[in-house]
Amino acid sequence: MATAELEDILERHRRDPLQLLQILIELQARDGWLAPATLGALADALGMPRARVESTASFYSFLHTRPAGEYRILFSDNITDRMLGNQALMQALCDKLWLQPGKVSEDGLVSVATTSCTGMCDQGPALLANGRTVTRLTPERIDEMAHLIRRRVPVGDWPPEWFHVEDNIRRRDVLLDHGLAPGAALAAALERGPTGLLSEIERSALRGRGGAGFGSDIKWRSCRDAWGDAHYVICNADEGEPGTFKDRVLLSSYFDLVVDGMCIAGMAIGANKGFIYLRGEYRYLLDRLETRLAQRREQGLLGRNILGRGFTFDIEIHLGAGAYICGEESALIESLEGKPGKPRIRPPFPVTNGYRGQPTTVNNVETLALAALIAVRGGEWFRAIGTPASTGTKLLSVSGDVARPGIYEFPFGVSVTEVLEAAGARDTQAVTSAGAAGHCLAADEFGRRIAFEDVATGGSIMVFDASRDMFEVARNFAHFFAHESCGFCTPCRVGTAVNARLLDKLAADHGSPYDLDEIAKMHRLMQGASHCGLGNTATIAIDDMLAKFRPAFERRLHSPDYEPAFDLDAALSQARRMTGRDDPGAHLGDNHEALAEARPHAQGAHSSADPVSAKDLQP
Amino acid sequence: MRIETTNGAGGAPRKLKVATVSLAGCFGCHMSFLDIDERLLPLLELVEFDRSPITDIKHCGPCDIGLIEGGVCNAENVHVLREFRANCKVLIALGACAVNGGLPAQRNHLELADILQEVYRTGHGLAEGSRIPDDPELPLPLNQVHPVHEVVRIDYFLPGCPPSGDAIWTFLTQLIEGKDPSLGHGLLHYD
Repeated sequence: MATAELEDILERHRRDPLQLLQILIELQARDGWLAPATLGALADALGMPRARVESTASFYSFLHTRPAGEYRILFSDNITDRMLGNQALMQALCDKLWLQPGKVSEDGLVSVATTSCTGMCDQGPALLANGRTVTRLTPERIDEMAHLIRRRVPVGDWPPEWFHVEDNIRRRDVLLDHGLAPGAALAAALERGPTGLLSEIERSALRGRGGAGFGSDIKWRSCRDAWGDAHYVICNADEGEPGTFKDRVLLSSYFDLVVDGMCIAGMAIGANKGFIYLRGEYRYLLDRLETRLAQRREQGLLGRNILGRGFTFDIEIHLGAGAYICGEESALIESLEGKPGKPRIRPPFPVTNGYRGQPTTVNNVETLALAALIAVRGGEWFRAIGTPASTGTKLLSVSGDVARPGIYEFPFGVSVTEVLEAAGARDTQAVTSAGAAGHCLAADEFGRRIAFEDVATGGSIMVFDASRDMFEVARNFAHFFAHESCGFCTPCRVGTAVNARLLDKLAADHGSPYDLDEIAKMHRLMQGASHCGLGNTATIAIDDMLAKFRPAFERRLHSPDYEPAFDLDAALSQARRMTGRDDPGAHLGDNHEALAEARPHAQGAHSSADPVSAKDLQP
Repeated sequence: MRIETTNGAGGAPRKLKVATVSLAGCFGCHMSFLDIDERLLPLLELVEFDRSPITDIKHCGPCDIGLIEGGVCNAENVHVLREFRANCKVLIALGACAVNGGLPAQRNHLELADILQEVYRTGHGLAEGSRIPDDPELPLPLNQVHPVHEVVRIDYFLPGCPPSGDAIWTFLTQLIEGKDPSLGHGLLHYD
């Protein structure tokens, strides 16, 4: 790359090392990948150690430190995409392009691989073509795509209808029918002032919509009271939970309300600066959102002296680059600071030590939009909706085996059955209530209610009818977490990988009851020992499925006791080939026979068929 | 399953039999075992060592407890591990390599054939005519290094690189007392 171009990018980012991730994303957009020379030049220019630049460049899925092809095709691989047939479509595209999945073509033209859920579950199967979202894939579209790639037609010139993303709003309530003009909520909030607004938020009992349900008034008050040189508002739009896409709709069609909410949060905590952390999968929204922010600045709804009231607040949009972990607030802040998205040790919490070590409040997109509503209509009004412990409405992203997938806004307290009926679900076997990281409900639990005190959810509702194999759902989730674990702590890094391997072992007909016990043990271990929420929640759905849909797992068991995870004799194949040996010592026999042979005939010998525990050693 | 814990007419409690081995490990876990220091003496009141570097016994007989250090990197490791599984009532994966493959498993992202080729044929400083050893006496390496639980059933995992002497002591004494071992804060480490 020309030095002038690098200079231009660096200048726009104020040569700030904390902008590293944004700079890398721009460099890759120009070059297609991040060459060693580019990383070296960048490290020199920013005065950073090369290792730090590389650690960020190699952490994120969407950044490539090796050439990834002129066309980089990433199929969304959520279970809902699989249910819509993404695997056959990916194979078809690979066949047409003479490719193996995950490998770059010999001529460097194209690579085809999978990526975690891209948030298009209501209009899948979906993929990202050089970062741009393509929805509603069909065999015809795949056919034509192969032609376009072979003829080297730029992605920007592909049929525009391929990039069309629907809102699919199926049920509106107070939020999706808010009827407010841009800036109206902000004006109401400025009228109330910080103290008045915080009392309304407290009165509303608003709780965070990301899933954890922390009280918004407590978060904002602690942040306001924390000492710092500057305060920051962060809008968490890293909507990575498989099966959720409601933030995408809020950003697409309710962006002014979200921005109003951010300004209001800024006024409440005493901040002049906000960030939207937009997941890389939603890159297609970026230009539209930037344009709207610029318009708001012209209209006096953002920037200096907002609405002539002397309040200054501006917003910068940062892009993610394909890392689920960045939805965790402290990992998000690390990423915002240009580092790998690894969760911080807490406390201190972001409300006192967040972005740049300053007091920071991180809120979900939906929470901020609701705060804007409350600023206008008041806390009492809001608290009358929903249940006493879970006030207001909740946006549910419903996908899977339903006639009408899309966004449903329901007051908290709605039963799972009501949601299923509204979406036109039939013969439902199971519902995952909070994506891959939450509980999986069986039919006898559908009377339960969506609320923090019963079925807590960030909004991802995936529906599985009786024809689905819940084992494959569990396996999809296990691979998702193994891919998305940030690798910082061993229980999660290894535990997620062990789970994925155990389920693959079952899928390959090598399963035994031992493996099911190990999965259950891994659940207990990871819940207690993981560093952050990712590891703590990564096995919840799998453990539920194992308990509630056990036959789906048991029918894959091959042996009553134990089966090795791999074919031992085949594991000597390369050594045999390289040494030319084929003597008996160059082979490994069957496990059961070998154990029987080695087993002593003395009294008290142990049969490997009965698992033992410590008490068996005692009289 | 129950075992006899009296020995003949005298009625003195029978000592538990313990076997230990290091497969694809560095013997660091065994060194850490020795770090229980003078507690070895009370331990020897309770247990008797079968196959172990301490006794130099070559094959494991019927035992109560087997401790496996290291992962599985070659055919001999598989045979030894199977012998331990067949003979030990309780089999324990001791340390990071046995539990997860550990450092030796870092070769897993390379093709074994490429490794052999480079180490014995094309690498620097090799003697003229150097070739890949093919003596039938030598165990063949596996394509990848595996944690022990992928080859035989394992009853307990004791992680750490290495687990501390205190952790091993606590784990063993709990096990000998008939409790399910559990290491709390301070003793449980993964790396």
